[in-house]
Amino acid sequence: MKLNKTNLEKRLLKNKIFYETIKIFSYALLIPLALILFYIIKNGIAYLNLDFFIKMPAPVGETGGGALSAIIGSFLIVGLSGLIAIPLGMLIGVFLAEFKEHKINNLTRLAVETLQGIPSIIYGIVAYAWFVMPFGKFSGISASIALALMMLPMVAKATEESLKMIPYTLKEASYALGANYYTTIKKVILPSCQKGITSGVLIGISRILGETAPLLFTAFGNAFLNFNMAKPINALPLLIYNYASSPYQEWHQIAWASSLFLIIIVLGLSIISKNVIK
Amino acid sequence: MKIMINLTTHKKNQLFIKTLKGAGYLTLIILTLFLFTLIFNSFLSLKTISLSFLFNTNWQPNTGNFGAAPFIIGTLFTSILALLISIPFSLSISIYIGYFLKNKKRKNTLETLMDLLAGIPSVIYGFWGLMVLVPIIIKLQTTLGIIPYGVGILAASLILSLMIIPYSVTLGKDVINLVPTDLVEAAIGLGATPYEVIKHIAIPYSLSGLFAGHLMAFGRAISETMAVTMVIGNRNFIPKSIMDPANTLASVIANEFGEASAPLHISSLIELGLILLIITTIINIIGKIIVKAYTIET
Repeated sequence: MKLNKTNLEKRLLKNKIFYETIKIFSYALLIPLALILFYIIKNGIAYLNLDFFIKMPAPVGETGGGALSAIIGSFLIVGLSGLIAIPLGMLIGVFLAEFKEHKINNLTRLAVETLQGIPSIIYGIVAYAWFVMPFGKFSGISASIALALMMLPMVAKATEESLKMIPYTLKEASYALGANYYTTIKKVILPSCQKGITSGVLIGISRILGETAPLLFTAFGNAFLNFNMAKPINALPLLIYNYASSPYQEWHQIAWASSLFLIIIVLGLSIISKNVIK
Repeated sequence: MKIMINLTTHKKNQLFIKTLKGAGYLTLIILTLFLFTLIFNSFLSLKTISLSFLFNTNWQPNTGNFGAAPFIIGTLFTSILALLISIPFSLSISIYIGYFLKNKKRKNTLETLMDLLAGIPSVIYGFWGLMVLVPIIIKLQTTLGIIPYGVGILAASLILSLMIIPYSVTLGKDVINLVPTDLVEAAIGLGATPYEVIKHIAIPYSLSGLFAGHLMAFGRAISETMAVTMVIGNRNFIPKSIMDPANTLASVIANEFGEASAPLHISSLIELGLILLIITTIINIIGKIIVKAYTIET
């Protein structure tokens, strides 16, 4: 009897130690996360002022300045990517969900999944080979193509998943009213998938907004204000990368502010996308 | 009049169906072109250097000597180390969220924080690592009496481990949650403690899922570029210890591709990209096969 009791105590003790260890490890992860956010907020907040949005980066040695060219560049590049990836991704998603019997359906799904797993730097290489080598210059367009290809699988998958959720009866009802296939998809199916697709698109945008590797040899960066997508163009992640590797204190401060700005947008988009689904 | 309208909508309908099928074919064309571009552009390197590319330990662009071995070893070194560092954390969180945590609010908070960790752009991880983590490592190296590089395998692995934890947790917490309740309740009914339930029921049951999650996280670590490029030190030699600066497949491309001008140099860098693509694709496919088998099983 006594033996059993000590055995039980031992087991309970083991359990207690196990539970506490798991808890400690789980919450320990919050420390680096808090440290990252703390440093970005602490160093970034002072420079995330009006100047940051309306001024060009200051030359070496001068204090102040902003990230105007990078902000404009980022929005231009991501905007064009969205214009390419959202409609095309939705078409692919509809094809995947609707044409299940088609001979290339499974192959297309495999292609989308493969595309999704390709390392971001490879997109940069391929966009370089397609659009930078033939024209002999870096351009915002090549960066947009690289990012659009990255976003494409996310939009396609989100569309396919949302379409799968729609009950078949909805489609039948639409047919019964005399609508043809095009009208049914456009007026009935897609509107009822709106939430799922929007959330997928928002997540896709927040992903590509912070991507740097595909921009290195496509957008390349530009010290001057540029609205021309056929020329090299600056972007926020590129600015952070270039300024972070520089030895200048002032540039680091702009990079911190850019990081804070980028995190706020990325976080905001993911919060919005979550609320959209609800 | 009415017939005409119907005809135009009919045409529109046909066109729409064609467009949808076209989009499906376009996806295949894009992927094929993608692979073709990589193979075509690394052809020069494939032809001139051939298989010795994989085993040559020298990478000296100025003398025309190209070997991928330092980067393959650098990639495996950092990724395996990152995975090993991340496992205790990712397993703990998977078990904590998937089994213990019943409080919905707290569960949501932890999951949101995981999303946040996954959502931070990699360049920001790199920047933070360079500004905060590297100085700490320099201090550590000075006290240990090693050359204080700061940047290197250790810094890269630490940052990477942080970045990949959310990826293994996403799948891990789900597979632990999927362990059938009757099994768990039967074990509890026999008097098992939570620790025993997890050790003898939950983990064996969800082993393949946990493995797949960590495998995919490992794939992430291999393909991660910016954060690693910024903190690994960019040195083209085989690293001898975790304190050494090194380079990975992805980081050497990020670092040298923009400045490469010799055709063989560019071609060799693209071949590195091809190797990277092959490794990550194989890992992803294995992971997906396991996950698919899993969802059919349950």
